[in-house]
Amino acid sequence: MNGMENNVAAPVADTAPALLEVRSLRVEFPTRRGTLVAVDDVSFSLRAGEILGVVGESGAGKSMTGTAIIGLLEPPGRIAGGEILLEGRRIDNLDYERMRRIRGKEIGAIFQDPLTSLNPLYTVGRQLVETIRTHLTMTEAQARRHALDMLKEVGIPAAEERIDHYPHQFSGGMRQRVVIALALCAGPKLVIADEPTTALDVSIQAQIITLLKRLCRDHGTAVMLVTHDMGVIAEAADRVAVMYAGRLVEIGPAQAVIRDAHHPYTRGLMGSIPTIGRDVERLEQIDGSMPRLDAIPPGCAFNPRCRQRFGRCEREKPSLIGQGDRAVACWLHEQGEGAS
Amino acid sequence: MLAFVLRRLVQSLLVMFFVALLAFSMFRFLGDPIAQMVGQDTSLQERERLRVELGLNDPVPVQFARYVAGVLKGEFGISYRIGRPVDELIAERLPATLELSFVAALFALLAGIPMGVYTGLYPDRWLSKVLLSLSLMGIALPTFLIGILLILIFGVNLGLLPTFGRGEVVHIGFWSTGFLTISGLKSLIMPAITLGMFQLALIMRLVRSEMLEVLRTDFIKFARARGLSNRAVYFGHALKNTLVPVITITGLQIGSIIAFAIITESVFQWPGMGLLFIQAIQFVDIPVMSTYLILIAFFFVVINLTVDLLYYAVDPRLRVHGGAGGK
Amino acid sequence: MLSQSRFADSLRRFFDSDIWYSFKSSRVTVAAAIVTAVMILTAIFSPWIAPQNPFDPASLDLMDAFTPPVWYEDGVPKYLLGTDDQGRDMLSALMYGARISIFVGFVAVLVSMLIGVTLGVIAGYVGGAVDALIMRIADIQFTFPAILVALLVDGIMRGILPKEVHDDLVLVVIILALGVSGWPQFARTVRGSTLVEKNKEYVLAARVIGLKRSTIMLSHVLPNVLGPVLVIGTINLAIAILGEATLSFLGVGVPPTEPSLGTLIRIGNDFLFSGEWWIVIFPGLTLALLVLSVNLLGDWLRDALNPKLR
Repeated sequence: MNGMENNVAAPVADTAPALLEVRSLRVEFPTRRGTLVAVDDVSFSLRAGEILGVVGESGAGKSMTGTAIIGLLEPPGRIAGGEILLEGRRIDNLDYERMRRIRGKEIGAIFQDPLTSLNPLYTVGRQLVETIRTHLTMTEAQARRHALDMLKEVGIPAAEERIDHYPHQFSGGMRQRVVIALALCAGPKLVIADEPTTALDVSIQAQIITLLKRLCRDHGTAVMLVTHDMGVIAEAADRVAVMYAGRLVEIGPAQAVIRDAHHPYTRGLMGSIPTIGRDVERLEQIDGSMPRLDAIPPGCAFNPRCRQRFGRCEREKPSLIGQGDRAVACWLHEQGEGAS
Repeated sequence: MLAFVLRRLVQSLLVMFFVALLAFSMFRFLGDPIAQMVGQDTSLQERERLRVELGLNDPVPVQFARYVAGVLKGEFGISYRIGRPVDELIAERLPATLELSFVAALFALLAGIPMGVYTGLYPDRWLSKVLLSLSLMGIALPTFLIGILLILIFGVNLGLLPTFGRGEVVHIGFWSTGFLTISGLKSLIMPAITLGMFQLALIMRLVRSEMLEVLRTDFIKFARARGLSNRAVYFGHALKNTLVPVITITGLQIGSIIAFAIITESVFQWPGMGLLFIQAIQFVDIPVMSTYLILIAFFFVVINLTVDLLYYAVDPRLRVHGGAGGK
Repeated sequence: MLSQSRFADSLRRFFDSDIWYSFKSSRVTVAAAIVTAVMILTAIFSPWIAPQNPFDPASLDLMDAFTPPVWYEDGVPKYLLGTDDQGRDMLSALMYGARISIFVGFVAVLVSMLIGVTLGVIAGYVGGAVDALIMRIADIQFTFPAILVALLVDGIMRGILPKEVHDDLVLVVIILALGVSGWPQFARTVRGSTLVEKNKEYVLAARVIGLKRSTIMLSHVLPNVLGPVLVIGTINLAIAILGEATLSFLGVGVPPTEPSLGTLIRIGNDFLFSGEWWIVIFPGLTLALLVLSVNLLGDWLRDALNPKLR
């Protein structure tokens, strides 16, 4: 399968130029038992200020895609093909030092577990000031004032006092607010949020998502929101990208995809959401589980679990085919007609 | 904070109590103190009189209390072998052992930590592999063999360094130091390397494995994602987080350095406490043995206590802030 | 019977698992295993393969003293590695010395194991004040270097035993001293496993049907701690061999009449300055090689059996 023909890059609205463009990205992990392909021929783009939800089961390659974009794949993992462009500049082939200047400054990151994301030995203020002064030309005092503003903005009460506290003195939700402040403090244009609410209490999750949404709107920051939680997508995302076994299977405006998923897998994911005006089963369930990376079946990776598979699905890998602002990788939609 | 310190203090006192009990039992029940003090021809009445005089017929707890009181005043009895008060002997020997241990510990730390950081940061470089292999030798080679090899190479074959003793020492009050003369410093080199080698290897391997572990943590990944420079990530974030276990182990190791000095002092005929102790064992010189035991235990307890306090200073999680903290 | 089948199980698991694979794929470990095996076999069979019996004064000729190794001009083929001050063949002395060193090391570890496992099971099983007392002693002893404890035990034994008795029992005393110095680690591990097993259903069930709880439990605890005990045992073997050598080198260990490796080094140390380097270097290298190999085996075993055990 050659990934060079990337006429299938996800559709972008004509007005805004792409902030981030990922073209045919391929991430490989060499292991003792051969090379695993964690991300396979993934293409999509993000506009300024847009929130793109990336959804899929764990191991689908969604976090790996985010990690590849900020250039922090852990060896032996590596980008084996494709391009990543930030405002038209390639960033996947930068050396460590030049990429470092982009991290935090232009692309911020939020990780899953706020408990372990902060260094326990330093106050949150110190970690903020350190980040700010790495990227912005500020004096210690200016940076501290900025840090304080950030803490206030993410909703830390009594920020003047809390700025000198250590991470262990904050609750999980408050810590994730601090992590968000750290991700945004140097004013990045894009934030990659990797399961930002998964480790939190259900009651806190909505607050954090709302906060993230508000901050990004206020600052015009785009977000790549990696999650396995469809509720989060429905709540926050402008567009949604669905990944399965390392490949992108569907992408499109969030509401449209939720209302009318084209890919059988997406439909399974949306199973609990009632569909209107279509003759499909409600509460569609997906049998089995996603294959391990070293046992991906030939043809469409989803075919063993798909109720609508036919001969071709077992032989050929489908690519993303665009239809207007949506695209789907499924042989059922080859000619652009809807599901049978 | 106060409660923490108090608890540690009580524990330390408990350890010292156990050790004192052991030392007293050795002192009192190993051999007959009277037989060691008087000649063969002393009459039974004379011996009995001495027993009463020394309080050896008192109830054992009373004797123990008297022993502890004596120890607190620095009275450890008279050496059977040399016939002088043990505290005098120890006072003469202490500076030699402490200076040697200090230099050895310094050597182990100053060389071990950077080597550990290097091998942790660059595990695949050839120098790391060489250092790791050497550290394995440092752990497996017996201390005395390292000393012998050094003597053979630098003392006998090259004739560069003195092979025994402390060289010239300068007396400052009760302290005698080898730091102030050329021959004193030259005499220190080989014993200090010998003594420090094992700890160096240990510290290096410890720092390395801690470093590797910390570099895998989320907060290091997040620090990188914030775009911090390598220097800030490695030395600001990673190294400081490895310090807690390193301080603990190093502290305990300084204790063992003082104990391992026995071997090094024996190889280099270094006139320290260890040499005194070995001779005491050979001659069953119980007062010296029990005194050495108490002294070493005391060092260990003090070091442990210091380590706990340092630990506390490094890791804010152990500090309990009043008021706004928690929740 | 139960414990026997459990033991066979763990043995089968041992060879089925990745352990055998990891052994074969680590060249250093294989080399260490070969060196250890060769040394142990040589030690066991030294009375039959050594050129000379260095412990028999009748077989020594003082005229042959200080013969250098064979590659020197004055060397003779009869003494491949030269002779010492008594005219002892170095090669034979090494074989016999290693025999004593390895024997003392093995038995000392067995003593540690016996004390440690017993006290560990008791601490875990009885709990309460007994547990606190045993583990507190273990903790205190653990803070002090093993060699210091061994020296102390040796010193106390010298105080208790009359000199002649001590000289006769010197090996026993050393084994005891080294054995006592190594038990806390075994006790800690075994206590941990005992605590885990103690609260499992079958132990309660056994009590309900009137079986002796302790017997049942022991047969379950022992197979569980087999791995860790083996690891600690191997590492402690290296430490014990080193400990014996150190005691002997310090002159409070094996006497020069039937020298161990450490005693040989002590003897050789006296001739460091007169040029007879081989008397000290060969025993030194043998000891280093032996300890290094056993250490490497122990390290590998630890990583292979349980990466978390430190």
